[in-house]
Amino acid sequence: MSTSPMALAPPPEFPATAPVRSAAPAPSPAPEPSPPAEPSRPVAERTPADQPAPPLLSVTDLSVDYRVQGGWFPAVREASVAVEAGEFVAIVGESGSGKTTLIHAALGLAPANARVRSGAIRFSGVDTTRWRDDRMARIRGNYVGFIPQDPNTSLNPTKRIGRQVVEAVAFNDRAHPGAAGRRSAAIEALLAAGLTDPERIFDQYPHELSGGMKQRALIAIALAGKPKLILADEPTSALDATIQKVILDHLEHLRETLGIGLALVTHDLAVALDRSDRIVVMKDGQVVEEGRQADILEHAKHDYTRQLLAATPARHPGRLLPSADQAGLGQRQDVPAGAAVIEPATPQAAAPATAPAIATAPAIAAAAAPAVAPAAAKASQPPAIAARDLFKHYPLRGKGGGQVRALDGVDLVVPAGTVHAIVGESGAGKSTLAAALVGFTAPDRGAIEIEGRDITRLSRRELRQVRRHLQYVFQNPNTSLDPRFTVERLVAEPLQAFGLVKSRSESRERVRASVRAVALDDSYLHRTPAQLSGGQRQRVAIARALALRPRVVVLDEPVSALDVSVQAQILQLLVDLQAELGLTYVFVSHDIGVVKLIADEITVMKDGLVVESGPAGQVLNRPAHPYTRQLLEAVPGRDLTQAPSRQTTTPPSHHTTSHHTT
Amino acid sequence: MPKAESSVFARWRASGARLIQRHPVARYLTLKVGRAVFVIWATFTATFVLLYVFPADPVDLLVDPAAVGQVRGELREQLAATYGFDKPPLEQYLDRLGHALTGDFGNSVTSGKPVGHAIAETLPHTLVLAALALGAALLIAFALAVGATATRRPWLRNFLTSLPSAAVSIPSFMVAILLLQVFAFTFGWFPAFGDQGWRTMVLPVATLALPVSGPIAQLLIRSFEAELGASYIATSRAKGATRTRILTGDVFRNASLPALTIAGIVFGNLIAGSVITETVFSRQGVGRLTQTAISSLDVPLVQGVVVLVAAAFAAINLAVDLLYPLLDPRIRVSLAQGSAPAGASA
Repeated sequence: MSTSPMALAPPPEFPATAPVRSAAPAPSPAPEPSPPAEPSRPVAERTPADQPAPPLLSVTDLSVDYRVQGGWFPAVREASVAVEAGEFVAIVGESGSGKTTLIHAALGLAPANARVRSGAIRFSGVDTTRWRDDRMARIRGNYVGFIPQDPNTSLNPTKRIGRQVVEAVAFNDRAHPGAAGRRSAAIEALLAAGLTDPERIFDQYPHELSGGMKQRALIAIALAGKPKLILADEPTSALDATIQKVILDHLEHLRETLGIGLALVTHDLAVALDRSDRIVVMKDGQVVEEGRQADILEHAKHDYTRQLLAATPARHPGRLLPSADQAGLGQRQDVPAGAAVIEPATPQAAAPATAPAIATAPAIAAAAAPAVAPAAAKASQPPAIAARDLFKHYPLRGKGGGQVRALDGVDLVVPAGTVHAIVGESGAGKSTLAAALVGFTAPDRGAIEIEGRDITRLSRRELRQVRRHLQYVFQNPNTSLDPRFTVERLVAEPLQAFGLVKSRSESRERVRASVRAVALDDSYLHRTPAQLSGGQRQRVAIARALALRPRVVVLDEPVSALDVSVQAQILQLLVDLQAELGLTYVFVSHDIGVVKLIADEITVMKDGLVVESGPAGQVLNRPAHPYTRQLLEAVPGRDLTQAPSRQTTTPPSHHTTSHHTT
Repeated sequence: MPKAESSVFARWRASGARLIQRHPVARYLTLKVGRAVFVIWATFTATFVLLYVFPADPVDLLVDPAAVGQVRGELREQLAATYGFDKPPLEQYLDRLGHALTGDFGNSVTSGKPVGHAIAETLPHTLVLAALALGAALLIAFALAVGATATRRPWLRNFLTSLPSAAVSIPSFMVAILLLQVFAFTFGWFPAFGDQGWRTMVLPVATLALPVSGPIAQLLIRSFEAELGASYIATSRAKGATRTRILTGDVFRNASLPALTIAGIVFGNLIAGSVITETVFSRQGVGRLTQTAISSLDVPLVQGVVVLVAAAFAAINLAVDLLYPLLDPRIRVSLAQGSAPAGASA
């Protein structure tokens, strides 16, 4: 009956538990659980004929199409993936790569407008490709578990957590008949998922839990059926980095203690390199590269893999340099392929002096130099932004009459021509601070000076004049641009609003200049946002902010909604524009790994308080506050920054031959 | 004495205010009940203005139009005095409002009986009819929605989803005439009129239910589809739940919640719709009463009926508002905490 969570031993082989076993040329069940230390081999060794057991999951040459407006659009093209017992496989790709479709198709969860055109899906050698849904339902849960993407929407909002886990037990676990048995099995699963107070959580509703706890509840649901294999679809993408680390640590721990196979779908190559034994890289529905972790890290064969590696923030030792300077150097290896090439800009005067240092010295100190120089030169003039003692509390009505302290005595000084990053996790108050700086939100108390003028005391009309030189770029370019406007109209709008252009032709000229500055050509002027990619939309949002020729730009999570490779391009663009136009940035981000690429100074926030603030090099290399250290440790991609080889405790996969890249 | 009274009142008011501030549930109740009372009061005031203030001389409305010319002089003044029309409008209004609060809407002009009695006699018939019609409409709507969601045959789904818009576009008197033609006159299964026995209920209930089932079904089909596509359904399927189990265990309850709101609105419409149905099928009820009150210009009766319908409407929606938090735990929470401002949630 009720055993300890550690003893959630793998059940007998899938064909033995599944009611459909007659269809399977079944290997006989393994008599005892595999020892955790050596997860992948024992199963193979114990099969009677001493042949390697078929992998837990093997997808071969799978093609999946979606019906789009009467035609069929290929989402997955002849992709092959295999997961062995005890193996941790990562499937990496950007949006549209087909990675999620592949996993959904394997589980039979693909939407109604999808079809499997060709290929085979086998679980422990049993071909389930054409199985009906009710037959697949018997495998799901008790042979293969699934952890979905967004914990905030993936639990039934009107059912208590306990009931949702009990259902997972009831559907799959014949060993726990009766309500009491199922309850104890569910509590056990919640414990195994790392929830320390399962009795209390049992009776709670999803909205009463944090995102991390909800994801653990979903892991409990996946574990409740005692599967041999778990497929996880971006299980931590909606979570804060520190929570992502805890959840991924726990998944690794489960893999080791329970000996289950694990396939992790992720957009983040750094996460894959940190965690997995084997990595499958997908692009446009195809597997472009597949190999062991160390091979991908050191000898990636495919250009796209190398491009992804280069785009990973962890790969960069310090702040990005303007492209113009890089061209002069000609020796930087970490420039993302396809990085924005801007119109020839006047090289910064400071750059040549620092250039030799970059190649040799530890990066951050050197890279910070060009930014510090202009800042020192302008020391006499007032800082671009000086905020003092800002308070903003939001009342919580009802119980206790408490309040959310979004800003709790925050100071911020940003010298002109520098990049100041504000880093923190959800609820830190960083977005409230950004909104206060541009006058979108009035602080309860405190002063905000923009170039020496206190905007908290300005009339609406005076504030408008300040805003001309103070622009804001929103987090999500998909929602911050009017979908009916063309690019030209979007960029021209602020110019007209401020009455800065007298004629149509003048407007057009300035719009073109702005759009070219973000490395888009004139052919984009007549497109609507729907006809642009995510990265292009964010370029338009930046062009729109730049059209007014502002001196200060506040960017609220400008790259969080973008793919890694696009993110690298936008960051490079921002660095180039800053060098060219001498802009001051306030760069708000949840990701301290991204911030490293652009910041001169960093302010770390938590619960409305500034926990640490200082030059980027100091905050990143010698963090004073434990919370900063915690944030830095949570950044994935340790192999990318440290020595390139990693000692693996888990044996490398013995299953590399049958899965060639296509 | 006034001082003592005011201090008692002040203390009572202060404790009430504290209760409302401290207890979100008390606050919610106060808000919703207050809203219902406001709707009824506003209806009363509007009908008063329309029926008693706007007409140049309300006495004209009391008298048979053919005989208006003959009523003059003393008789006219006598009539005005009996109904209080000689007083200033504000005084009349307060007087009538005071009486209305005790359920007294005056006497019917045609029958001379109190308006309250006339309504109380006919109301139960209409309520039974409307309740049965609502039940039938919900049954039809749910059957359509579940059928359209559960089936895996595209042609069947298309057919089922096209039915509601057909139901919406047929006016209820057309439905009545069609039903009468087919089931009463051609087959003779159900009587064409009367209000004795269950058989006389069938056609009026169907007449009322069919048109209102359309919008409910449209809403439910959309809501079922949205819930079926929700991420938590993928979780349920991944747990090993079958399609049937997902429909009954997850989708049905969550998708039904919006139907509750619309059911409240529909019930009010059904009472209003009873005017046509009760007339066509010659049944007694509030609808028929309204129809006769209007055609005979029975001003007090019209006002009584209108305020009653408003009260029924307000009561049903109040019940829906109070039921919602019991069915959806998320609303319970926002009730308990108030809504935190966006962007500040920790």
